[in-house]
Amino acid sequence: MATATLPNTADIETFLRQNEEKELLRLSTAGSVDDGKSTLIGRLLYDSKGIYEDQLAAISKDKVDLALVTDGLRAEREQGITIDVAYRYFSTPRRKFIIADTPGHEQYTRNMATGASTANLAIILVDARNGVLAQSRRHAFIASLLGIPHIVVAINKMDLVDFRQDVFDSIQAEFSAFASRLGLDDLYFIPLSALLGDNVVEPSRNMPWYSGQCLLDHLETVPIATDRNLADMRFPVQYVLRPNLDFRGYAGQVASGFIQPGDEVMVLPSRRTSRVRSIVTYDGDLPKAFPPMSVTVTLEHEIDISRGDMLVAPENPPLVDRHIEATVVWMNARPLEPKRQYLLKHTTQQVRASVAAIRHRIEIHGLRHEAAAELKLNEIGAVAIETFRPLYFDPYRRNRATGAFILIDPLTNETVGAGMITGSTERESSGHRVTAEERHARLGHRAAAVWFTGDADEAHALERRLFDGGCVVNVVTSAAMARVSAEAGLISICLGAGDPPDGFVLPEDLEALGIIDGEPFTGGAGI
Amino acid sequence: MLYSIGKDSSVMVRLAQKAFYPGKIPFPLLHIDTTYKFREMIEFRDRFTAEIGARLIVHTNWKAIQDGANPFRLGTQKCCGLLKTRALLDALQAGGYDAAFGGARRDEEKSRAKERVYSFRDSFGQWDPKNQRPELWNLYNSRVDKGESIRVFPLSNWTELDVWQYIHLENIPIVPLYFAKDREMVVRGGTLIPVEQDIPLLPGERPQMVMCRMRSLGCSPCTGAIRSTADTVPKIIEEMMLFRRSERENRVIDHDQEGSMEIKKREGYF
Repeated sequence: MATATLPNTADIETFLRQNEEKELLRLSTAGSVDDGKSTLIGRLLYDSKGIYEDQLAAISKDKVDLALVTDGLRAEREQGITIDVAYRYFSTPRRKFIIADTPGHEQYTRNMATGASTANLAIILVDARNGVLAQSRRHAFIASLLGIPHIVVAINKMDLVDFRQDVFDSIQAEFSAFASRLGLDDLYFIPLSALLGDNVVEPSRNMPWYSGQCLLDHLETVPIATDRNLADMRFPVQYVLRPNLDFRGYAGQVASGFIQPGDEVMVLPSRRTSRVRSIVTYDGDLPKAFPPMSVTVTLEHEIDISRGDMLVAPENPPLVDRHIEATVVWMNARPLEPKRQYLLKHTTQQVRASVAAIRHRIEIHGLRHEAAAELKLNEIGAVAIETFRPLYFDPYRRNRATGAFILIDPLTNETVGAGMITGSTERESSGHRVTAEERHARLGHRAAAVWFTGDADEAHALERRLFDGGCVVNVVTSAAMARVSAEAGLISICLGAGDPPDGFVLPEDLEALGIIDGEPFTGGAGI
Repeated sequence: MLYSIGKDSSVMVRLAQKAFYPGKIPFPLLHIDTTYKFREMIEFRDRFTAEIGARLIVHTNWKAIQDGANPFRLGTQKCCGLLKTRALLDALQAGGYDAAFGGARRDEEKSRAKERVYSFRDSFGQWDPKNQRPELWNLYNSRVDKGESIRVFPLSNWTELDVWQYIHLENIPIVPLYFAKDREMVVRGGTLIPVEQDIPLLPGERPQMVMCRMRSLGCSPCTGAIRSTADTVPKIIEEMMLFRRSERENRVIDHDQEGSMEIKKREGYF
């Protein structure tokens, strides 16, 4: 091995300064086993020269199998599939990247959620030959659920469909239609071939009809600085520093917003207020701190503050409540059950909690709401949670740092669930009558009295279809019975003739009126 | 905090100093000494920890050493098992620690890419890659039962370049072995082995002076050097970017069998 000549030190200093100022983009990838996801990552790493040569040499003696670059663990090499979240690193002159590579298997929702939880951007792979499959929908849904701000839909294996534009166009149209229901607003579609490298790092010569960016170009330039919440000051206290009698500081990571000396702050849960005296660091005091900086804050007044407390802007505090509504991704073989005790970890505090109710399960392919008595491994649902002490939180959509929590099983110590807070539980006085909305939430669909003019067999066929789709439904022979059933929350199919009486709908209107499918799902913001 | 004296340990110590400033680091540093470490490493360790006022615990598996454990006799696998893995597990148990910081990075080696930041170890100190706790956001689950423990890897998402860059920017002291100078070496199978610890010479081998440096620091018989003239941190960074070779390449132990790092980790090695 020859020693390379070393250019002068000034060059490297310049390089280091630039490198230090580079933005970091965290991205998650997900794809089915055969979508070529590992090949795509391998291609990104390989073409951007991020793969160390000897690691490559150890993987393959003859031909480079790009997928093996990312499939790390022994058991997986034997199985030939990726089974967990693997992290990869590379950088270009413009940005640094961390890839969380997650599997696309049906049963691995939990891994996908894990990779997505810290991502700025998700790459969703679609095999050009197969179009938008269930897995792609699942990835898009989880990306929206975990609040990933930017989505790239990589339509891969274009080489196997002769690089045809109509294939790309129709997949783009189909995916866009689905994504609009999820409230995903930054979608970017790229036709590529990971195997051949088309539109990955270099623009493709085979697809002159595509005028957009190639993948790496997009990853390097998509604006991410504005994704952070700089509006709502939240500083969860991680540790109280008391090295001597003269110093009392609160150490932690700024979750959102700015902190400056002189700012008035309120301490939760005590609601006492003080002013920031200084922002202390090993490298000297700072004039300002913002996410994701870890700093120590001192206050002008002596206030009793401990780990788990939160400093906030008094004019713009978070919600404070013991009763919260959240969407939960269940990650354990033992199902989530109402009334069971869990430990809930949220910012820097850990509290006892129980699930007060499961509002509904979200069926991941059609996004329907279904009634559920429990949430099984890899299922997602809306739940009401009651905590032993109040949480100080913001809705996850507004603030990832103060809207996220994990659930821990106190018996096994395993992390069993991941939650995204949607808001406080609205509490009604006891004895309040059951409302149509509550029935809707319980059953997962709206009630309806349906006027059916066909014969009984056809009515029962419709009943079967709705029932299999998760609806509570019956077939009756009088309008009065149908009204009573609908009042109880059912979809009641009434055999009749002629025009429908008042308050009845026709079978063909069920979908359009949002009684089944589509509508109950309110596009991300509501889940 | 596990303290290996290497560059990543130096970075971790600095991060701990910063995290607890103006207080002192509230936990001890633990060094597993195999007795095969470079002389310069031990000198550096004692000076550095004294300077920053850290509490240092040194643990050695003396029983195995007395029974004659050494890499020349046992081979690297068995030797590491006794002097590193066993010694580490014993030291953690003796201290009753339920958590230990380590400096491992995910970019170092394939099996580490899936390591959690909070990595759970059972009561035998073993890692089960199939049964890891999901880790979302920065909400870490540190719950363990008696006898179990957590290894915490704060540098998980750092790359080798990040580590060097930080050492440069922060002016962090590191062991001089990282810098190039003329050293007495044996050339064996393309690897440069330092002449230290009475390394047995093979027929025809003869020590020679070579301008070289260490890319990673382990035990002297099992750590190869690379030919280099890089004698400052910026030059090391420059060189690293030119060579683009993974730093573990010159540690003999990682190559002794396919997937060997993963096997060591399951058994409790870092």
